[in-house]
Amino acid sequence: MNKVSFTMSFVILYTFWILLSGYFDFVHLSLGVVSALLVSYTSHHLLTGDVRAEDVSIEMKRIIRFFLYLPWLFYQITLANIDVAYRVLHPKMPIDPRILRFKTDLKTDIGLTTLANSITLTPGTVTIDIKDGEFFVHAISEESAESLLSGEMQMRVKNIEGD
Amino acid sequence: MFLQVALVIVFSSIIALYRAISGPTIYDRVLAVNVIGTKTVLVLVLVEFIYERPEFLDIALVYAIINFIGTIAFLKYIEKGGLT
Amino acid sequence: MDLVNVISYSLFAIGSFFLVVAAIGIVRLPDFYTRMHAAGKSDTLGQSLILLGLIIHEGASFISIKIFFIILFIFIANPTATHAVAKAAFLSELAPWKKDGGKER
Repeated sequence: MNKVSFTMSFVILYTFWILLSGYFDFVHLSLGVVSALLVSYTSHHLLTGDVRAEDVSIEMKRIIRFFLYLPWLFYQITLANIDVAYRVLHPKMPIDPRILRFKTDLKTDIGLTTLANSITLTPGTVTIDIKDGEFFVHAISEESAESLLSGEMQMRVKNIEGD
Repeated sequence: MFLQVALVIVFSSIIALYRAISGPTIYDRVLAVNVIGTKTVLVLVLVEFIYERPEFLDIALVYAIINFIGTIAFLKYIEKGGLT
Repeated sequence: MDLVNVISYSLFAIGSFFLVVAAIGIVRLPDFYTRMHAAGKSDTLGQSLILLGLIIHEGASFISIKIFFIILFIFIANPTATHAVAKAAFLSELAPWKKDGGKER
């Protein structure tokens, strides 16, 4: 059994339990220990994956860089929603949808997931499928397709992934 | 104010219900049902504020998770014709 | 009307606007893939804004923490669900709508 992922799952689950229950008496706290232990024993590999002790610091750095990426993402989400509202409420609906594909050299799961979800949340593009590092993206108009292919977002996500 | 917001949300899910009923493809229906489900989460949270009953927040949290799992399970069912 | 109420009520207003836009978009847009744009973006932001307004209205408490978890979950799950539906439709070879009426893939 992987001790690192077990401990991490237990800490995360127990914190979550305390925050959700909101009670600090003996019964609730001890029940929390029992159920967090049980769940992290049966399915600790699902939450954190099969991490080793020496990888923890790299993963932590990735998570910190992910939080630094969030402000730019929120800015893009705001733009995306104004864009969608404009296209939906415009009487003629200025859309010209197309499907495009591009290769990416991201490797880690966190990088691919972040890129896919960011593409979905940013203006005019939705991820459809990822196959062997190739993204299939549906773009609602020509400009949004071009702005995705310019690769700014890929660069930022690659920055999260680090080395 | 919470009641008015809840009414607007219910109104918008009635609009989305049109897409769930009329289709035309099964994926449109799944998408519309997913949207209605996430709006239901919002209404549940608002109910907590309207009637001051904190239990509804736990229901909302669980409903959000069930809605997501339900969508994924249903998609898997149409894709593969079974859940295994 | 103090500042907290002004902020949270305006967040409610903007959020409700985006939710209605998402619903109209789902009905109005011509095919499944374009409807995905309305469902995946406007819905996520609209919900998060309304829940954020509730957090600001409530202040710091366990209720706010729970609402924050709901926001976090919606932000991860909503694009993922949209992505899953899109992938299923794409694999079943549903043809996307084109501006000139063609059905090219």
